[in-house]
Parts: sequence; C-alpha cells; structure tokens
Amino acid sequence: MTHDPPSRERACQWRCRRGAALLMVGGLLLGAAGCGEGHSDSGGTGSGKVKIGLVTKTETNPYFVTLREAAVAAATENDAKLIALAGRFDGDNEGQVAAMESLISSGVKGILITPSNGTGLLSTIAEARRQGIAVIALDSTTEPPSATDATYATDNVKAGRLQGSYLRAALAGRPPKVIMLDGTDDSTVSKQRREGFLKGFGITNDSPAIRGQANTNGERNPAQAATENLLERTSDINTVYTINEPVASGASAAMAARGLTQKVTIGSIDGGCDGVRDVRSGKYAATVMQFPVRMATRGVDSVVEYAKNGKKPHGLSDTGTVLITDKPVDGLASQDTDWGLKHCWG
Amino acid sequence: MRTSVTGHAVGSERHARLRERLRYALRTPAIGPLTALFIAVVVFWITTDTFLTPQNLSLVLQQSIVIGTLALGQSLIILTAGIDLSNGAIAVLGTIVMAKLAFEGGNPGVALLLGLAVATFLGLVNGLLVARLGLPPFIVTLGALTVVFAVSSLYSDSRSYQVTSDLLLFWGYGIQLGAMRLTWGTFLLVGLYGLFWYVLVNTAWGRHVYAVGDAPESARLIGIKVWSTVLSVYVTAGFLYGIAAWQALGRIANADPNAYQTANLESITAVVLGGTSLFGGRGSIIGTLIGALIVNVLRSGLTQAGIDSLYQDVATGTLVVVAVGVDQVLRRSGSR
Repeated sequence: MTHDPPSRERACQWRCRRGAALLMVGGLLLGAAGCGEGHSDSGGTGSGKVKIGLVTKTETNPYFVTLREAAVAAATENDAKLIALAGRFDGDNEGQVAAMESLISSGVKGILITPSNGTGLLSTIAEARRQGIAVIALDSTTEPPSATDATYATDNVKAGRLQGSYLRAALAGRPPKVIMLDGTDDSTVSKQRREGFLKGFGITNDSPAIRGQANTNGERNPAQAATENLLERTSDINTVYTINEPVASGASAAMAARGLTQKVTIGSIDGGCDGVRDVRSGKYAATVMQFPVRMATRGVDSVVEYAKNGKKPHGLSDTGTVLITDKPVDGLASQDTDWGLKHCWG
Repeated sequence: MRTSVTGHAVGSERHARLRERLRYALRTPAIGPLTALFIAVVVFWITTDTFLTPQNLSLVLQQSIVIGTLALGQSLIILTAGIDLSNGAIAVLGTIVMAKLAFEGGNPGVALLLGLAVATFLGLVNGLLVARLGLPPFIVTLGALTVVFAVSSLYSDSRSYQVTSDLLLFWGYGIQLGAMRLTWGTFLLVGLYGLFWYVLVNTAWGRHVYAVGDAPESARLIGIKVWSTVLSVYVTAGFLYGIAAWQALGRIANADPNAYQTANLESITAVVLGGTSLFGGRGSIIGTLIGALIVNVLRSGLTQAGIDSLYQDVATGTLVVVAVGVDQVLRRSGSR
C-alpha cells in the first residue's frame, strides 16, 4: 500500500478501465433499448400499432400482476402495444406521475391508471387529456371521479356491504363482537370498504360492538401481528372484517393459534385464487370476488375503440362483485368455491 | 488508520499527504458519469423517436428535481463518510407540515418556514447523534427513518392533504418555451448544485468536508474541528431536505405520508452513479446531479423504447454495480 499521490500513469490506467466500464453500460443500454425496438413501433405516429400505457400502483402485487397480464392479452388480441409501468410502492405518487409523463411523451393513445392517491395525479391526468390521450382509471377512482375520462372499478362500498351482510347473517342473532382490520387510513378503497361493511353489518363507526381495530397496510404479516395483539386484549370475539385476502389469511392464522377458529367468522374481499382456496379449506367463511381481468380488458378495448373512431369512453362502470362461500345464508345470493375457482384471478 | 507514532514530523508529513490527496479529490471531474449520460442519451436518440424531444427532456429534468435535491444533501453526508437513510422521510414530514398547516387555514408563509425548520431540526438531531455521540450514521438514520415516518403518519392522521397555496406550489410554476416547460424548480435545482459546487471547491468549509471524510484523524491533527464540520453537514442536509419537500409540493400538489418511501435509496443511487465514494472524502457534487439525471434518463428512455418497469429496474441496478466497480478500481489504482 503506497501513499503516493496518483501518478499520471495510474490515472490513465483508471480512465482506461472506466472506459471499459462505460462501454459495458453502453452495451447494456443498447441491448435493453434494442429489445424494445424489436417489438415497438414509431411513437404512435403513422400506421404503427396503437400504443396503450398501463400504470399500476405496484409491480409485484398479484392483483396488479393479473391486471397487467389481462391488459397485455387484450392488447395483443387487438394488435395494439401495451407498455406496463408501475409505482414502486403503494403511495408512490411521484413514481406514477413520472410514469404517466413518460407515456405522454411516447405518444400513447390512452393511459390506464390505478391511482395510488385520489388527488396526487390530477394535474398530470389533466395534461394527458389536454393532449388528446384517453385516461381511464382502473380499480380505484380519482377524486373527483370526473378527472378521468372513465373508471372501470369494483364498487368498493358494495363489496364491503356484501361482506357485512354475510357476516351479520352468519351470526344468526348472536350479539356482534367485531375486530376490524383495515388497510391504511388514507386509502380511498379502505374507507369505502369499511363504510360498506358498517352499513351491511348494521352498526355505526362508534358502536360498542367493535372490540378492536387495526390498520394492516393490506398485508398478511402486519395483519397477523395486529390480530395477535388485539386478541391479547380480548379474545371474546365472533366476527372479523378484513379489507382483503392477505389480511384475512393473517387474521385466520392468529385465530387458529389461539384455537378460536370455530368461534369466529372471518369475511374478506378480493377473489384471488388463493383466497377462494382459503374459503374452500375453511380458513375464512366468505370472500367477495372482484374482477380485475374485466377492468383491464374493458380499459384496453375502450382505448382501441377511441383510436379507431375517436370516441372516448366516459363515466363510472362497476365491474361487478360476487359473494363466494360454501356456507350460504338465506336471502343473500352467493356462488360456491367451485364457481369461484373457475372465475378467480392470480 | 491510526498509528502509535506521534510528533511534528509525522504531523507535517500527514499534512502534506492530506493536501495532496485533497487536491486530487477536488480535481476529479464528473467525466465518468457525464460520459454515461451522454451514451444513454445517444442510445435513446437512436432507438426511439420520442426521447430527444424538448417536451420529454424538460419532463426528465422535472422528474429529477426532488431526488436531485435530496441527493445533494446525501452527497454532503456521504463525503463525510456517512450515509443518510432518513432523507425521504424527513422531506415527507416537511411536506405534511407545510400542507397540513396551510390546509387548516394557516398562513402559507408560516407553514413553509415551519416545514423548513422541522427538516433542519431533524438534520441537527441526526448530526448531534453522529458527530457528538459518535454513533454510526447508518444506525442513527435508520432509526430516524422509522421514527419520522411514523410521526408523519400520526401528524397527518394518515391522510393526504391537497395544496392550493401559490407560495407552496411555487417551484411547480415556470416558463413555457414551445413544447418545453421549464419550472422554477428546475432552475433552483441547477442553482443549488452550482452553489454547493462552488462552496465545496472554493471555501475552507468545503475542503474541511472532504478532509473529515477522507481521513478524520489527519484532519483533527491539522486543526480541523471534525465534529462541528460533520454536524454542520447534517444540518445543511436537513435544510436541503426541507427545500426538497417544498419542491415536491410544486411537483405534486399533494402531501402524502406514504410518499417517497424509496427516496433514500434513490438518492444514494444518484450519488454512487455520480462517482462519489461511499468511503467518504472523494467525489463530485456535479457528478451527483448527473447521477440523478442518468436514473431518470434511463426510466424515460426505456419507457419510450417500450420496456416494462421491472426490466428498467434491472438496468438501473446493474448500472449502480458497475459504477461501484469503477469506484473500487479507482481507489485501488489511485488514492491509496
């Protein structure tokens, strides 16, 4: 180890190596961009394929993976090109804005977006529409919903109401003792499902029937930990509301560990294949299925339609909700898990 | 490295060696990252016909503003051989303080000053723990990240706030040149980098920052107040995170407690791509700006080329490893 100041020779040596590294980087970029070249066309101009952008909340959540795969399939069927981008995490407004900006630049005809935050993207959406791009919200609405041309989404209030009505009926007249496992406080979906549940279950936000509440970020591990902690406080519970299936799965694990499985009815929302299998195996009693494939397909179809004849889609469309359970209750339409496994996603 | 030998002769020899090393460090240009940026731009210019347009280039600049400002603070800290994992969280709390106070009918000017003050104060706390108590920066800022993120959620009641005040949105306004929109935020970003480049190269404080990062023991021996230099760096960085918060509101008129969760790593990425050494004491601030631009040029260019997000992450991650490889090569063949 010497302590000399670097000599010119060394500096050159370093420069040469750095040059090699830079060449590698250049090669990498060319390779990557070249891959894109293979199946991309000139930016939406001339007689190229219709370009459609999809911006999901995150890249790896199975729900959004389903959405993306369905959109790619629908685009292929229509001989259009789909560019799928995403935020890095739920709440990554900057990432979603940047993705939309890049799509605007690349000359897409339409953008399908699942907004992380109802108001975080408004000015970018307005800019896209100003440039004649159709913007369609999938899965969650913007605030106000009229900020986008159209919305294809689950009616989340209705989904919550179905779960609430089922869980109330399952009690068969016993007094309700509920744990509520929400997503995050500021998520629109979380609020709407909760509101729907309270309506369907027939209690208010400040009802003494609510024995505990926790925010779970919509994820399994925090949900399990939160349920364990709530059960430490009181295990006299008979009903669990969950915002989605990963949360229901966490809650059911915590219940099983305390031997409460028979005493407690857990409900959920999502309709993923894992969730339907969980309902089948009795981990939880019921789930409310939503239909991301329909959202993506209708979104892509609308953009293709717009590219063909200039007719923009508009308005709010409910893509449907179905209660899935093997223990149906009177007066509430539902499908069994056989049907569920045929129609589930993920 | 400490030796047991003390005395004037060694002291002055160290002094000379340190001066020599500093001179070298300050001369190191941002030529590497600049070349990479140039290659990327040329590649996307050849492979797409939508990348090299005035509109798209101005968007890439705007996309670099918040991370660029956070990376400036991160650069200063990394030059002192530290690291800051809490910068995104601090900026988010800044946005929440500014937006919530204004939303509840407070004076936007007061809200802004309080937001800047909170961010600066958090920089001070980090700095005291690192410089005064000698705790590892990684641990201190990891703790701060967790705490500050929770405080943001608590203080905001876990909801997001829309921003309508022109003062708070100022950096999002700008001038329109044809299809090109240059926001005031873009000018501020360039101005801040220019200012800090000048300060680091031409002032005693700047040289002290390099010195305490490169060889704290030698720096102490030649009379530099190591701890107060390090503290001043963390405070300055905190203030810059406050500015980043103000910039963020101009970019997205909404303060969301869940935002910028990966900004800490993204700012470190920009610093590393810019050729600054994670071991401290060597690097260029202009390199960091170019590093931030490289990340967004990649994202934008690969999107124009029709590449999905996950592949973009593969490219960015690979580039970071290559940059660190270059850094190691340089250290082995250069300043050691």
